[in-house]
Amino acid sequence: MKPFRWFSFAVAALGSALALPVGAAPPFEDSIAQRVLACTGCHGPQGRAAPDGYYPRIAGKPPIYLYNQLLNFRDGRRRYGLMTGLLTPLADAYLREIATHFAGLEVAYPPPQPAKENAAVIEQGRLLVVQGDPARRIPACVQCHGDAMMGVAPSIPGLLGLPRDYLNAQLGAWKTGIRRAQAPDCMNEVAKALTPQDISAVSAWLAAQPASGKPATSLPRPLPLDCGGVTPSAAGGSK
Amino acid sequence: MTARRVIALLLGALFIAAAVVVALNVRDEAEGLESPVADSIATRTPADLIARGEYLARAGDCIACHTARGGVPYAGGRGIETPFGTVYAPNLTPDSQTGLGQWSASDFWRALHNGRSRDGRLLYPVFPYPNYTRVVRADSDAMYAYLRSLPPVVQASPPHTLGFPFNLQASLAIWRALYFKPGVYTADPARPAEWNRGAYLVEGLGHCNACHSSRNALGAPVGPLDLAGGLIPVQNWYAPSLTGGDESGVADWETHDVVAMLKTGVSARGAVLGPMSEVVLNSTQYLSDADLAAMTAYLKALQVVRPARPAASPPAARTDAQARGARLYETHCVACHGERGEGVRGAYPALAGSRAVTMASSANLVHVVLQGGFPPTTAGNPRPFGMPPFATMLSDAEVADLLTYVRSAWGNRGAPVSTLDVSRFRSDVRP
Repeated sequence: MKPFRWFSFAVAALGSALALPVGAAPPFEDSIAQRVLACTGCHGPQGRAAPDGYYPRIAGKPPIYLYNQLLNFRDGRRRYGLMTGLLTPLADAYLREIATHFAGLEVAYPPPQPAKENAAVIEQGRLLVVQGDPARRIPACVQCHGDAMMGVAPSIPGLLGLPRDYLNAQLGAWKTGIRRAQAPDCMNEVAKALTPQDISAVSAWLAAQPASGKPATSLPRPLPLDCGGVTPSAAGGSK
Repeated sequence: MTARRVIALLLGALFIAAAVVVALNVRDEAEGLESPVADSIATRTPADLIARGEYLARAGDCIACHTARGGVPYAGGRGIETPFGTVYAPNLTPDSQTGLGQWSASDFWRALHNGRSRDGRLLYPVFPYPNYTRVVRADSDAMYAYLRSLPPVVQASPPHTLGFPFNLQASLAIWRALYFKPGVYTADPARPAEWNRGAYLVEGLGHCNACHSSRNALGAPVGPLDLAGGLIPVQNWYAPSLTGGDESGVADWETHDVVAMLKTGVSARGAVLGPMSEVVLNSTQYLSDADLAAMTAYLKALQVVRPARPAASPPAARTDAQARGARLYETHCVACHGERGEGVRGAYPALAGSRAVTMASSANLVHVVLQGGFPPTTAGNPRPFGMPPFATMLSDAEVADLLTYVRSAWGNRGAPVSTLDVSRFRSDVRP
């Protein structure tokens, strides 16, 4: 028995050495993670975001939010050539599976970015996020994105754990209409009411907050605006 | 000769040339007068005719051009970029103002067969009527019945943005006199029925040579249905030669591998990416096995061109570019494509011995490395494996080194790729 055990251990060790040379990627397995390596090339392993601060984290975002974004890129409501090119030959059912896969990944968040702006700007950002500006009819971010700002399942994204540059770019794109969603496009309305100063203040404050946890399961209050891409369960009875 | 006579002669010659152009432009117009389907019953057509028309519209891949990105199918509005300007595909739904609502089956036939609109205007051959003219009237009527059955969508297409002189009907008339001859496909009695069916589909609705042939300066395919490969204008992907033994000829493929490629996007011999991925997505995956086998029979019978291979030479020492490329391969590619370029069967294509890797044009390789891609989702392959884009990770010089290595490793013998070869396609990656 003993020599046989020894032998099988040696074979197993040899086998794993062959399968996993030093520094190599894990061996091929037929899994959804393997099928979507095209995504993690830019969005980082398991979709945890890339260090360059441009490609956002996709791990743990609400599934319908991710699915809507895949549809938006494929169907021309969001513009980024590489995304559109990759998604053009893919049908809805597969995009839904890809979205569900990344939504289900629980990956630790990176530490927040320290804010470089002065205290007044940071405070302006915080106020817009938690209170909005009723005088200018700007709803607070937390009214839709949840008090913890980690989003609301299944279709409203979180705002934390994202780089400041990415947040700035997205709010700017919403404002100019380069980024769109299904009608009625509520974020376009909100972003149009924001000034460039508002946007950089909001992005600076959000990027400096620590992120943890999952999206909320329901909204405590009805949505202040009608949003096309938001499914009824997340709308919290706004209709 | 007096100046007067010269002018008279020139005017006479011009008149004769114009008459010839006009005569060539109205060839085969009389055929439209007789119709197997009376125009009046077109609104009440049997379901099987509509189903047949839907199938044929798939075979013609009408949806690819006549649908804007994210738009209603067949409602038009997509801009087709050409070297001469952008042509917007019209709305094919039966809306009476912006679509085909006022078109009769004969009007539709004339568009397909003669390349003329309902009002008699000449159509731009971006609409591949030089191919569709081979379609028989019964098939045209079935497609018409199908399009009539769609819900009408009110959507006007933007005007074309063609520069002078391409925006003139007269220019189009001259082009047609030179390069367009109407005529329904006539079967070759010396060939089997299957081959003839394949020819009808490949040369007609399939319009394969729209991409798989090179074009002259006026945008016309250089040879009639030569399928000898060509760089697709504007997209800059190379549609490989279907006659080339070293490109995409299928003479030595098993029929079921060709059928699988067109039906599912993947096969034991390779997978489709890039523009062909969309063709499989929108068109060929819906075709019957019998029709795909017929197309295969036609493609397999094409004259194969086998360029002379250089005599085998002992492997030379690795160049610096190959050495740098090998290191990049180890970092970025080896996990999926393997230590010996063997790939993973059913998931990642082998690079060793691949014609797609070694063919003379490196355009597709550059595009695939820069942009990545997925084969299409099809019923037979609903969850394709993807390739990541490297446009943001690798410089032009790195992509050139990597491809130079891949094209020369594991027995491959493709020419080196230069940084310039990569740079010229980098601008196709549009953010």
